[in-house]
Amino acid sequence: MTAVLPDQLGHFGRFGGRFLPEALIAPLDELTTAWQQAMADKTFTDEFERMLREYAGTPSLLYDATRLSDIVGARVLLKREDLNHTGAHKIRNVLGQALLTKRMGKTRVIAETGAGQHGVATATACAYLDLECVVYMGEVDTERQALNVARMKLLGAEVIPVKTGSRTLKDAINEALRDWVASVDNTHYLLGTAAGGHPFPAMVRDFVRGIGDEARAQSLELLGRLPDAAVACVGGGSNAIGLFAAFVPDTEVKLYGIEAGGDGYETGRHAATITAGQVGVLHGARSYLLQDEDGQTIESHSISAGLDYPGVGPEHAWLAETGRATYRPVTDAAAMESLRLLARTEGIIPAIESAHAIAGTLEIAKELGPEATILVCLSGRGDKDMDTAGEWFGLIDGTGKA
Amino acid sequence: MSDVSTELGNAGTAIRKANDEGRAALVGYLPAGYPTVDGGVDAIKAMVDGGVDVLEIGLPYSDPVMDGVTIQRAAEIALAGGLRIRDVLGTVEKVAAYADLPVLVMTYWNPIERYGVDRFAVDLAAAGGAGLITPDLIPDEGAEWIAAADKNELDKVFLVSPSSTDARIGLTTASCRGFVYATAVMGVTGARDQASDLAAPLVARTKAATGLPVGVGLGVSNADQAADVAAYADAVIVGSAFVKALNAGGPAGVRSLTESLAEGVRRERSTPVAR
Ligand SMILES: Cc1ncc(COP(=O)(O)O)c(C=O)c1O
Repeated sequence: MTAVLPDQLGHFGRFGGRFLPEALIAPLDELTTAWQQAMADKTFTDEFERMLREYAGTPSLLYDATRLSDIVGARVLLKREDLNHTGAHKIRNVLGQALLTKRMGKTRVIAETGAGQHGVATATACAYLDLECVVYMGEVDTERQALNVARMKLLGAEVIPVKTGSRTLKDAINEALRDWVASVDNTHYLLGTAAGGHPFPAMVRDFVRGIGDEARAQSLELLGRLPDAAVACVGGGSNAIGLFAAFVPDTEVKLYGIEAGGDGYETGRHAATITAGQVGVLHGARSYLLQDEDGQTIESHSISAGLDYPGVGPEHAWLAETGRATYRPVTDAAAMESLRLLARTEGIIPAIESAHAIAGTLEIAKELGPEATILVCLSGRGDKDMDTAGEWFGLIDGTGKA
Repeated sequence: MSDVSTELGNAGTAIRKANDEGRAALVGYLPAGYPTVDGGVDAIKAMVDGGVDVLEIGLPYSDPVMDGVTIQRAAEIALAGGLRIRDVLGTVEKVAAYADLPVLVMTYWNPIERYGVDRFAVDLAAAGGAGLITPDLIPDEGAEWIAAADKNELDKVFLVSPSSTDARIGLTTASCRGFVYATAVMGVTGARDQASDLAAPLVARTKAATGLPVGVGLGVSNADQAADVAAYADAVIVGSAFVKALNAGGPAGVRSLTESLAEGVRRERSTPVAR
């Protein structure tokens, strides 16, 4: 592990830390110790790697997307996290934390989910490792990601629709935190992104950093050099930090995080947290967030449930502030256009989240020119989004021409 | 403790005055702006009329992770009604002018950070406020608030929990001014039927670390529970039950609950509470 950050209290510069009830501080200290001991224990890391390899199907392929490249106007390499078991990068973090849950002797797991990918991955790991599983999901998301609700239930998880606030991911996190304060004795909160109070941002990063570690080695093998840029979508920031972590020291590799621009940044209806650029505290850490003048969280808007979150992990705030990574929004419309583009050129239907990364790549390629090689994290597959896509392209009533 | 009188601050002095009468103090919570800004002021005044010793005014927040449904709903309604931080400060000002007792604000951290920590401390002091209770700010992250509070002579009430180690209790109590807020249960706010068996040992561990008064909150809802807690704590803190009383009976309901709780904290203790 090359990362020197965060510091002992979880700070990435002025970001991160712990802004949570005192009741959770001692449990978070215990979690930090358990995680650090586990990572230093070869039996743990061997078992984690075995599960990733034999169960999740990693290392995921690095795919030279030549047809897409022709249209993009630069060489595009896709890191195929969509081919992992359960269909997204999320399984990496989940297997790490679920194994750690076992090691800590806890028997119950709670999780939040937006798109449902993290919920499905958590339900999967809990079935596999025999843990009780409860997933909190905003009511709005249970409707737009109904397929994943069914998957979680089939896997034996209890799915609790959250009806407070904006009824999306942020409120699911609130509800999971409320559960955890009361249940922390026997329960692990398996947070699904690189956000939250310390140690979550660093722990999640280290469990998902295989994305970038693998892609870096695969790029060297394929190209004989590193790519010119690495691109990922940013919800809370786990697939992006998982991709970036390996490349942060390689300053010649440009890093781009693509945020959800919703109806367009200028309309105010978006989830472009870093682009909006206001520092504050939400869900346990100091980072950028969407907030009003009084520090009340503003509801985010995105066609993508997994990006529809008004906060972002603190390491991204730090990478943005130091200029190491650049963050920019793409609209719902641009993302959906890219979803169709990837389907038509490569026969790959991406998750709408991942389609944001493709849309961002189209813009970035224009700036970097035709000689550039751009590594893109294809964080997940699009099966879960077929209702949304069907509606968007008018496929459902049979009249539309996608 | 040599400087115990300064650490007692505003709320601690009021609590000790009650303790000197051989009883626990009653600390009452209601959110500002609920059901409306003026209605909230009336409800809080009813707690004063009913005999509360210290007031906590909640600053409604969009993401109240420490609160159960009763206070969540109240916050949602207050915010939907357009409540602003300036209205919370206005509520403090009106109540402080009405009552000769300490008025604390209980708030999640982000609104204060956004408003400006120094600016909030100055404006709170100017409104006659006594300090802050900060459920999601731990002293480890609280340097800016601690400095601002000290400069403006405001109380800094941090929380201790049944899960806190003795080392954390030591750190937390050393940063408090006014009193120490001991959360009686592992969980969020909300009235509970069962008394907590975690609270008394926590109070004992806290008192071993500090000479400050220790208040116990989370789950206390009636006079019998208040009397139970008053047997070992310096102050009894009641929140959700007041919101429920307001929902059911308006300010008159708040006043009668206050009177009943005030009787509870005055019941004879079998043994005096150690300081
Ligand atoms: C496929 C996919 N990509 C990306 C995300 C966004 O999360 P993160 O920013 O943590 O990678 C999600 C979240 O649900 C997802 O399902």
